[in-house]
Amino acid sequence: MITPTHYMLLSAALFTIGVVGVMVRRNIIIIFMSIELILNAVNINLVAFSNQLQNAVGQVFAIFIIAVAAAEAAVGLGIILAFFRNKETVNIDEMNLMRW
Amino acid sequence: MLLLIPLLPFLGFLANAGFGRRVAKSVSGGVACLAMLASFAVSAVSVWRLTALPALPPGARVVDQHVFDWISSGEFHASFSLRLDPLSAVMILVVTGIGSLIHIYSTAYMHGERDAEYARYFSYLNLFASFMLVLVLGSNFLVMFVGWEGVGLCSYLLIGFWYVKRSASDAGKKAFIVNRVGDFGFILGVLLVYGRFGTVDFQAVARAASQVAPETAFGTLSVMTLLLFVGATGKSAQIPLHVWLPDAMEGPTPVSALIHAATMVTAGVYMIGRNAVLFSHAPETLSLVAGVGAVTAFLAGTVGLVQNDIKRVLAYSTVSQLGFMFLAMGVGAYAAGILHLYTHAFFKALLFLGSGAVIHALAGEQDLRRMGGLRKELPVTYWTFVIGAVAIAGVPGLAGFFSKDEILYRTYAGGHTFLWALGLATSLLTAIYMFRLVFLAFHGERAQAEPDSRASGLRSPELATSDGVARQSGEAAEAASPESPATVHRHVHDAPPAMALALIVLAFGSVVAGYAGLPHALGGSNPWERFLAPSFEEAQLQPDAGTGEAAGGSERGELALMAVSSVVAFTGIAVAAVCFLKRRDLARAVAERFPGVRAMLLNKYYVDEIYDAAIVQPIRLVSEHGLWRVVDARGIDGAVNGVGDSVWGSSAILRRAQTGSVRAYAASFFLGVVLIVGYYLW
Amino acid sequence: MPAGINAIDFYYLLPEIVLTAGALAVLVADVLLPRGSRALAWITVAVLGATLASLLPFADTDVEVANGLIAVDRFALFFKVVFLVSAIMTVLMSVRYLEIEEVSPGEYFFLVLCATLGMMIMAGGIDLITSFIGLETMAVSFYILTGFIKPNQRSNEAAVKYFLLGAFSLGILLYGMSLLYGLSGSTNLHVMASVFAGQARDPLLVLAVILVVSGMAFKIAAVPFHMWAPDVYEGAPTPITAFLSVGSKAAAFAMILRIFVEGLPSMTSDWQLLFEALAIVTMTVGNVAALTQSNLKRMLAYSSIAHAGYLLIGVVAGTPLGVSAMLIYLLIYTFMQLGAFTVIVMMRRADVVGDELKDFSGLHVRHPVAAFAMLLFMLSLGGIPPTAGFMGKFWLFRAAIESGYVGLAVVGVLNSAVSLYYYLRLVVFMYLKKETTGSEPTASPALALTLAVAVAATLVLGVYPRVLFEVAEKSAQTLGLGGAAAP
Repeated sequence: MITPTHYMLLSAALFTIGVVGVMVRRNIIIIFMSIELILNAVNINLVAFSNQLQNAVGQVFAIFIIAVAAAEAAVGLGIILAFFRNKETVNIDEMNLMRW
Repeated sequence: MLLLIPLLPFLGFLANAGFGRRVAKSVSGGVACLAMLASFAVSAVSVWRLTALPALPPGARVVDQHVFDWISSGEFHASFSLRLDPLSAVMILVVTGIGSLIHIYSTAYMHGERDAEYARYFSYLNLFASFMLVLVLGSNFLVMFVGWEGVGLCSYLLIGFWYVKRSASDAGKKAFIVNRVGDFGFILGVLLVYGRFGTVDFQAVARAASQVAPETAFGTLSVMTLLLFVGATGKSAQIPLHVWLPDAMEGPTPVSALIHAATMVTAGVYMIGRNAVLFSHAPETLSLVAGVGAVTAFLAGTVGLVQNDIKRVLAYSTVSQLGFMFLAMGVGAYAAGILHLYTHAFFKALLFLGSGAVIHALAGEQDLRRMGGLRKELPVTYWTFVIGAVAIAGVPGLAGFFSKDEILYRTYAGGHTFLWALGLATSLLTAIYMFRLVFLAFHGERAQAEPDSRASGLRSPELATSDGVARQSGEAAEAASPESPATVHRHVHDAPPAMALALIVLAFGSVVAGYAGLPHALGGSNPWERFLAPSFEEAQLQPDAGTGEAAGGSERGELALMAVSSVVAFTGIAVAAVCFLKRRDLARAVAERFPGVRAMLLNKYYVDEIYDAAIVQPIRLVSEHGLWRVVDARGIDGAVNGVGDSVWGSSAILRRAQTGSVRAYAASFFLGVVLIVGYYLW
Repeated sequence: MPAGINAIDFYYLLPEIVLTAGALAVLVADVLLPRGSRALAWITVAVLGATLASLLPFADTDVEVANGLIAVDRFALFFKVVFLVSAIMTVLMSVRYLEIEEVSPGEYFFLVLCATLGMMIMAGGIDLITSFIGLETMAVSFYILTGFIKPNQRSNEAAVKYFLLGAFSLGILLYGMSLLYGLSGSTNLHVMASVFAGQARDPLLVLAVILVVSGMAFKIAAVPFHMWAPDVYEGAPTPITAFLSVGSKAAAFAMILRIFVEGLPSMTSDWQLLFEALAIVTMTVGNVAALTQSNLKRMLAYSSIAHAGYLLIGVVAGTPLGVSAMLIYLLIYTFMQLGAFTVIVMMRRADVVGDELKDFSGLHVRHPVAAFAMLLFMLSLGGIPPTAGFMGKFWLFRAAIESGYVGLAVVGVLNSAVSLYYYLRLVVFMYLKKETTGSEPTASPALALTLAVAVAATLVLGVYPRVLFEVAEKSAQTLGLGGAAAP
């Protein structure tokens, strides 16, 4: 029997993987994918809660998040592309024009 | 009507800031002077009308002008309104009167500047006067704070007026940090006053405060007055926040006279006087005020003894005299403190303007060791300067005597014997250092300086930065190149008419100003105290020992104390004469110039030696190696700079933390979350 | 509460609808107008003006519409005015700037309008979903705007940083929101408040609060969630930096107040503690770090971080007085911050960037008006009377003291004392340095207008703040009271 706790554990695990990914990876695309993992952890949470509470709001929320994440991905990839054109790299550590 | 008083200088500021760069100097200077004179006229008329009002009941002799409702929200009300009462009457007369004279003096002093700079100078000066008048006329803490910050800003701009060489971040660093500390205290104090009394209007606060019993222990009132006092020490350069004032001497000399002697630096004293009721209900703070005042007066006096820059001597003297005013406030002699503020404004402005005339005549020279013998060349400056020096030294009959003596008497009568002794010692020091200044600058022979020491003299701030002054006397070329003392000698000339006028008027004031406070003991009726009484009535709830006695019984005691301080003043002058006049011209000059002094010296020869060994040398040592170096340079100065440096350092560290790495930023974010969660788990 | 959507709801959403339609019109106009035409900016201003006008019928409205998704009340109204005013000033600033940067405006103005729309939804949102949609509408627009100058590497870099960190913070915020939903069974803030009212303190709820606080703290750039701000502010086009530091911050504050005051009153002691700590750290770090900056945009970024700290004082106080003080300060901050950025834009010329401190030396000789305006903004940011900034700060500190947060007020006063150092450092450069190598500032009519508005507001709100105080007080009262349902 899969209980809400299982879902939450899964979501927490995904969330953690995502957070760690953002902090340790160097490739901008992979960092971005890690962020997507975090958002999916949120979605799992929402849908699980929705199922447990027998109310649809959570699923609506999840659908909105998916939609917004798609929009964000489009914009984000555009920005990364513009950056890549100028710099010819996707290594995050080579972004150092502005500091201090 | 009242609104016109600060508004006129403000209009002058607008005119000069707007069009000053396009008009001739006579126009911009004239506009500025006219604005001040008009403001003075309005002030005089307003004060005249004020005196026609009945003195009783309390609060009757007050003119209010409500300009507009500033803030009104819920239970909080603060209107932008001005209030003229005897206390602010004194202040506006000082600010507009002495301010006008200094404006007139400046027209000549700053004449070497380019038109645009000239107009800029006068626009700042007018703006300063306007803010100062708002400060003293404001009827509540918020309006006062407008002026409080405004004068600070103008002072900052005027100190830096000649910033050519020094890096600007160095500029007012010390002044700045110190004034921040002061403002910090002030605004917190105001917030506490509001929190406690629910109003920021001075009258309402005073009324509310007079309802409660004076605090016996350290309570809310003590905290709030203490915070206000911190604000006052910052503005009025009291220990430990006094260190900025000597540095402020880098500004043009008339600015030093107006801002750093006569008006702005007295704002702290005025503020305490304005809140006399609050302070008198917090005896803990009051005794601290008295202590800080007395100690500052004494220490600044000792430091003043060994300074060689003419303006720095006067700066320390100002700190010392401000200490006297705080002492007066601290012992509850509010009227006496304000009297000293008023007389001090005359003679200290006079002394600064006189020193300005000297510096002007010598093309920027400020070092006392390279002056001397100016008595004949600058007769107007000399005689007015001597009057100022005599007045500040406390010689009977001149302004400083009455006010200083009143303070000392009240201190003694209040049972503060130690503070009184300290005050008396300061009087002695005052007389010594002032006459040292007079003798070194005006008597004897001009020191024959070595060419290289003259070159080092060029580094003196005023000279290095005031190309204006040099140019104005047509000596830019000579001033910039090592010249023989003879050249300087040839160009020395006395103050031009505008400067002389200001000097003479101020000298006259320094003689007669004190008679406003002629005490009972000398057959006067102390009209000063009666005039100010409405402002301080509520503060005198517990009839203080001094007031009671002043009216009756111990007139003899008062006379005795007067005699003591007169003796002290003369002793000081004598000591100065011995040390700084005789030693310099040991054989030649003294004999023919000062036969009387010489006779006195001969009679008291051993006393003289003992003085030198027992008092002057130790004081010199302590001042030179102890106080000035340790307390000023390493101790307090170090602390002030240390705080600044450590804040600066942590800023640099924080800056380095901003590595530009996205991963580090994300980590910082996550660390924040983890810290908060950790706090909850723990 | 009737199910579905009523026609009347559309009436209440009139301002948002006007703005959306206007944004689309701008997009079309961009295609129709000849290249290089300045008309697009004026159309944009007209759209914003029309939106401002369409707020008028709702001056006294206090209702929840669209099934409790969005509230139309005075609180939201106040914020909407702030957003629209700052958007108008941003657009006016941008015209000259875009020409110098040789970027065709195109979608620029459309995106500014979209960001404004997002902010307006955030201010009204009383449902987590609505707030989230508003937040993302705003954030995504800003991601693009930050990187709008495509050939400029700094702009690129700022956009990537902002985007990655923004998305990351969004993930954390949403995770917190999903927990809130799971614990309360609703995303509506008022329902949530009533569910949590009777409950014991759940550790999971505390975690949710922490996550939401962190996510929102990122948006207002509170320490330690502030690291993105200096880099992004420096790299973004100057008008966008201005808009970001004002509009985006204000919108995030609106959302914070909605979520915590209206949705989580039962957790007040927890979030107050968190925000108090954040306020103290933010003020201190922001001001101290600003001291050593030599780039003006970066300095203002740190200053804006510090200002988030001051504003948080109002949130911590939590009383109507605190909230109204925060509203007052936000509006004042809008004018002084935008004014300062206007002067920076004026300094920008084809060959000179003009945002370094040294570019300002001796400015009072070259352009007395610009120097004086800048002096005024610096004094106001530092809280010197009689400028508006003093009024705002005084009110905030007063609110803190009245709610018993004396320590917070002390830290605030101390910090504003420190902050004057770097504000006046710029004044020293402008007034006391003789050097005149910097560029001659130029003023187009639009820039002059912006500057005039900012100067006038900074002075008038300092000298005569009564009206603002009254309006802010009324606006603050509608928060947390819960409006009546739509008829």
